[in-house]
This record gives sequence, C-alpha cells and structure tokens, in this order.
Amino acid sequence: MPGFAKTSASKAVSKKGNLGNTLHDDALQNNGTLLGADELVLNMGPQHPSTHGVLRVKLKLDGERVRGTECVIGYLHRGVEKIAENRTYQQFAPYVDRMDYVAAISNGLGYCEAVEKLLNVEAPPRARVIRTILTELQRIASHLVWLGTHALDIGALTPLFYCMREREEILKVFEKYCGARLTTHAFRIGGLQYESYDGFEKDVERFCNDFERRIQEYVDLLTGNSIWIGRTRNVGVLNAADCIALGASGPILRAAGVKWDLRKAQPYASYDQYKFEIPVGTNGDTYDRYMVRIEEMRQSRLICLQAIEKIPEGAIMGKVGKVIKPPAGEIYHSIEAPKGILGYYIVSDATTQPYRVRVRPPSFINLQALDKMVRGHLVADVVAIIGTLDIVLGEVDR
Amino acid sequence: MNPTVLTILHFLQTWWVELTCGVVIVAVVPLVAGYVVLLERKLMADMQARLGPMRVGPHGLLQPIADAVKLLIKEDIIPAESDKFIFWLAPVISMVAALTSMGAVAFGPAFQVARDINIGILFVLGVSSLGFLGIILGGWASNSHYSILGALRSTAQLVSYETAGGLAIISALLLSGTLKISAIVQAQYDQHAWFIFLAPVAGFIYLVASIAETNRAPFDLPEAESELVAGYMTEYSGFRWALYFLGEYANMIVVGSIATTLFLGGWLRPFPNVHWLNWLDFLPAVIIALVGVYCIYRAGKQPVKVQTGFMWAVALGCFAVAFVFAALWLLHLFHRFGVLIPLNLDFILPGLNGAFWFLLKVSGYIYVFMWLRFTLPRYRFDQLMHLGWYILIPLAIINVFAVGISMLLEANGVNRWIGMVLTTVLVLAAAVFLVRWHDQRTESASTASLTPDSYAG
Repeated sequence: MPGFAKTSASKAVSKKGNLGNTLHDDALQNNGTLLGADELVLNMGPQHPSTHGVLRVKLKLDGERVRGTECVIGYLHRGVEKIAENRTYQQFAPYVDRMDYVAAISNGLGYCEAVEKLLNVEAPPRARVIRTILTELQRIASHLVWLGTHALDIGALTPLFYCMREREEILKVFEKYCGARLTTHAFRIGGLQYESYDGFEKDVERFCNDFERRIQEYVDLLTGNSIWIGRTRNVGVLNAADCIALGASGPILRAAGVKWDLRKAQPYASYDQYKFEIPVGTNGDTYDRYMVRIEEMRQSRLICLQAIEKIPEGAIMGKVGKVIKPPAGEIYHSIEAPKGILGYYIVSDATTQPYRVRVRPPSFINLQALDKMVRGHLVADVVAIIGTLDIVLGEVDR
Repeated sequence: MNPTVLTILHFLQTWWVELTCGVVIVAVVPLVAGYVVLLERKLMADMQARLGPMRVGPHGLLQPIADAVKLLIKEDIIPAESDKFIFWLAPVISMVAALTSMGAVAFGPAFQVARDINIGILFVLGVSSLGFLGIILGGWASNSHYSILGALRSTAQLVSYETAGGLAIISALLLSGTLKISAIVQAQYDQHAWFIFLAPVAGFIYLVASIAETNRAPFDLPEAESELVAGYMTEYSGFRWALYFLGEYANMIVVGSIATTLFLGGWLRPFPNVHWLNWLDFLPAVIIALVGVYCIYRAGKQPVKVQTGFMWAVALGCFAVAFVFAALWLLHLFHRFGVLIPLNLDFILPGLNGAFWFLLKVSGYIYVFMWLRFTLPRYRFDQLMHLGWYILIPLAIINVFAVGISMLLEANGVNRWIGMVLTTVLVLAAAVFLVRWHDQRTESASTASLTPDSYAG
C-alpha cells in the first residue's frame, strides 16, 4: 500500500524532532508531507499585500511549510522592449523609467549611457557628475522603499513611515531638478537637459548630513532586535555559487560574500573619482542582505558628499545631433542599479529607431532565486524572502 | 392578572439590574472599542511622524462613528462556497463572548458591571476564551485557504498561550486566595501591595500571554496582514467584519481589566493604605480639569471655528466632570468633620474614584499593547510556539512554585519582601537558563539542517 508506506516514512521523520529554523528535507525527499496528507496549494497574489505588486506565487504547502513554488508573472507586461522598436531613441527614454519605477533615474542612466556608447559620444564631465549624484540619491530612495516594505512584511509597521519621510526629501530634490518625482526622465542622450538649480548642492548636502542620523534610527529599531534577527537569520540562504549560477546580482550577490559591484568593476558615469567601499556579507541570508543594503545607503551618502564637493563647470550636453541616428551595430551596456546589474542590449540598423532593445532586468533574474530560497521554509518566510529580493514588478514584467 | 404577564413582571423584577447592564454593555462597549481604535491610530500616527485621522470631526474625533456607518451600509457579501450559517454565526460568537465577559468585570467597588460572582475571574477567562470559537469557525466556514490557515494558527496560539496565561493567573490567585473579583482587590488592599510587586514575573508572563490571546502584534499571526492577507477575517466584510473587529478590541479591554484586577490593584489608588496620602483621592478631579485646561489651550490654535468650539465643548465637559469629583470630595470632607449630608458618600465617591483609577490602569495596559505593536516585528509561527512551550509555560510553572515558596517563607516568619526578591531572582535565573538552552537547541538544529542541499532546484 503506497499510502501506508508514505505515512510511516514521514513518521520516522517526525520522531527525529527537527524543530526551529529547520528544513524538513527528509520529508521532502520521501516525497510525502509530514502527516502524509495532501498538499495545500495557496495562491498568493496577484492581489496580496506583500507580493510587492502583481506577482503571483503558487505555493505548495505542507501545513505551513513550503514544498515548492511557481511564480506567475506578466500581470504588468506592457511590451516595453517591443515599444522601443517603434520609437526614436529619444522617444524611448521616458519608457525605461516605467520599468523599475522605484529607481527611475538609474534606468535612465543605463539607457542614456548605452545609446551614448552606440553613438560613440561621451557626456561632458559636469553632466556625468550630476548624473552620479542623482543616481546615488535614487539608490538611497530605492533602498528606503525596500527597507520600509521589507520591515512591514515582517510586521514592523513604523520603519516604513520613517523611510518614506527620508525618501520625500530625495524626491523633493528630483522635483526641484526636473519637475518630476517618480518617473523623472532626468537625463538625455548625450548629457542633461537641465542645469542644476540654485542651491542643488546645499539641498543634497543637507539631506546627506541629516541622513547619517536617520539611518541610525532604523538600525536602532531593527538591527539588534531579537525578533528581527530570528525572522531574518538563516532565512532564504543563497550562497555565492548559487547566486552566480542563477545570475543573481546586486546586494543579493554581495550578501553571499562576492565583492562584485559594477561601479568599481567597470566604472561608468564618474564613479572612478570617488572613494567608497563595497559592503559584503558572509552567509547570504536575509539578515546579511539587510545589512548590505543599509551599508550601501551609507556609502551612497558618502559618494554624494564627495561629488557635490567638486562639480566641474562646463557644458551639460555632449555633441549629439537633434536626430539620433547611430551607425549600424550592437551594444551592451550595464550599470549597477539599486537592485542589481541592469543591462541594455541595443541593436541599431542605422535608422532613427532601434532595431531591437533587450533589457537585462535585475529584478526578473533575481526573482528566479525565489523557489530555491523558500523551499523548506514557512509561509511567513516567503513574504520575508520576496521582500529581501527587492523586486519591482514593473521591471520583472516590463 | 394574566399569568404570562406576571411571569414576565417577576422576571423583570428579579433581573432588572442585569438586563440594564446588558443593554448598557451592548450600547457602550462598541462605542468605547471604536474610540480605542481611534486612539490607537492617533498614537500610531504620532510615533510614525504623521497625523492620523484628521478629516471627520476635529482631529478625527468622529472617525469611529463614520467608520461604523460606512461598515453598516456596506454590501453584505457571503462567499458562494462558504458554510453560510456558520459564516453568519462565527462573528456573533466572537462578539457575544467578548461582551459577556465584560459582564463580570468590575470597574470599581460600586461599578460591578453585572454581578460580583464568586468565580468572577474564572467566568471572565472561560467566556472570553469562547471568542476563539468564533475565529476558528469563521476561518473554517469561509472556505478559503488564507482563512483556514489563520484559524489554525489561532487555535494553536490559543492553546499555548492560554496555558501560560492561566498559570500566571494562578500565581496571583495563590496570593489572593479567592476567585471573586472584589475580594481579589480587597486582598491587595489588605496585603498593602499590588500583586505585580509580589509576583512580578507572573505579571510579565500574563502581559505576554494576553497580547497573544488578543491576537495583537507581535503575536498577530492569525491575521498577519503581510502573510495571510487578513487571516480568518479574509472573506469577511462590512458589519460582520466590524463584529470581529469590535470583539477584538472589547477583548483587549477585558484582558486589560483582568490584568488590572489581578496585578495592578484594581480600582485602588496608588498607596491606598497610606493615610497621609489621602489627598490623592483629589487627583482624579485635578487630572480631568488639567485635560480641560489643555483643550482650552489647544482651542486657540485650531484653524477652523467649528474645531475651536468643539474643543471648548470638550473642555467644559471635562470641567463639569471634574467639578462633580471635586464637589463629592469636598462633601466627603464636610461629612468627616461632622456636617451630615443626606447622600451615601462612602459609596459614591470611592465608586467614582475607583472607576477613574481602574480605567486609567486599563488604558495604560492597552497603551503598552499599542506601543509594542508599533515597535516590534512579528514572530514567525514556529518561534511563537517555541516561546510559548519552551520558555513561557515552564517559566510560569516555576513561578507558581516560587510564589508558593515565598508565601510559605512568609508564613514561617521571613520578611515577605526578602522572600519575594529571593524567589524572583531564582525565577529570573531559570528564565535565563531556559532562553540559553532553547537558543542552543535551535542553533544546533538549524546549522545541522542547512548544510545538505539535495533537493535544490
């Protein structure tokens, strides 16, 4: 009787008494649930408070323990890459802001630099420094959204509002600079459209000086909290080899101990001029990813402070014609977006419109690690792990 | 006369106090619960650097009423695949249990809500536990995965934390030697100490257990929003949902009342036995008057005329109440100096003052609940169970023995504070040991299980 055999096998497992942060791997190997009962399929999303948008995860549960997942994506698919083929190079630039809408400026930077590479022009130094400042502010803003929502997923209500308070200051800078707050379209191919406004440096400096103290508030609330540690330590472990095999990048890769940051490895914009550290973790668990991102915010702050010290004078627009018509060819350019490596692969057929644009979205690729990370954990951990992956569905689905 | 009418009259004659109390509870408790919700939102807003409800009435003071009206007129949705009768019944059970247990709570020597029964604490505990039946049934009847997971979590949580909470209560009952609510408070008066000072660990365990029993953060797993959407309430909307919600907040008031009665001296003022501090009886009047003064101070700063007027109205109300308190206190003084007034002041003044202190303590207790909710992340289910079974329950058992030992020492002539400190230190040492032991246990278990990787991919 196969049913009987299954039950007795799982009984042997429960006798061992694996309790705590343990994975019932034996039960899984025996391909039976703990009590020999049927699996429960829980449909999480697309309308769920903590799937960070319209992600849908089908969870196969044994009680509350996750035995497998299936991600259903595409609820926010707008065909951004296809749209690019019917727009001129300049016309497409605002569209990239709608992919990772939490870090629109980083998307814009990647796209503009990719097209510049294709045109073989460079943005003037002043433009590059201002781009760097805005992109680093955007990184802080993106990490703040991550921190707030991640803490909210784990049940801490208050950090969200503190994070939003600081993010507001950053968005005010964006608004003063280009008039938009979320999908900014701040950069243009070849440089910038707008000069920095009067008092730009002062605003950034004031924010940075304040921010040191603010980060300490989150750290006080979360870092040493034993519930927080209990919820994040050894949860969703992804080691370096797995990260590389899955293509996971950004803070997830660095939390596993790999010191890989494109800002250092292949400097773009003006990152080669500044001193900053690449924070890395050791375990590759949720807690390490939290620590890495907190430290990244501190480093971004330092980069901003260094950059506003010496913004070079000069033009803000490079030698780019009114009509952009790159020579036939292809280009791949990647930057370190807040969520990981954001790459643009553009094929030009020497017309005003790209022949093909392909985006390497960090969220989409990091999301592939979800199944591996949640197996054996509880439902509550699924939420924590989705949060720690820091996905934005606009970017996953494009 | 018609025998039926006679029977009814006789019934009313016998039970009119209880019936009136019932009506008052049903009318007042939901309103109070609504304002507790408003208070929570305001406190949360204050801690989170925002304003909270500001639109309906001055500073959102009419928000609970607006919410209630909205919920009443919402479409009543019963899921097609649900068990309709139980779906209907479950929130009613939750609400009825919460309201019934209010019946035995005493707000003051003169404000026993319904009746001072001799098993008061047992009755309150028993009936309020029935509320979980509503949660479990509601989760089951909804026929939804989220609901059933929430209900299952709720069941396990109830069993674990009622045990710890019950054992903590036993410590206090050992000290009082009675289950009758008024007698428990009287015992704290006679022994010259609130039981929280005689059994501090029991008080702490009860605090933790009561948070878990009322499904409040960090133990709000049955309705963990970020995990189970709304847990057992996922399929509920409109007024059914409001019943659950009110039941939950009424339950908070009930556990707050139990804790106040058992550990915080009930309706006794601070230092009830110290006669040169008798002027503290005047404090309720002063505090209420100060609230009124603050309202007047704020009234000048209101942007809208209506709000200024409202603040004045609140201030005048406060002054009126303060005046009643003060007048009674003065009459009480006259009474003592030989001026006879045809009013049973020995009954009314302690009653009013007692209610004031009692409600103040309950508010403080509920404030702690809220404060923890805004500060702490949520436990995971296995961690919750571990905390309950590996730490709180053993600790509560040890503590029952410790309280017994300290009482035995006192009976044998040892100063009771020395006995209390000694036993508490022992219990705390046991607590440290339990936590260490448990940490080591989970540590070794998790490192052992995280190494193999055979089922990946």
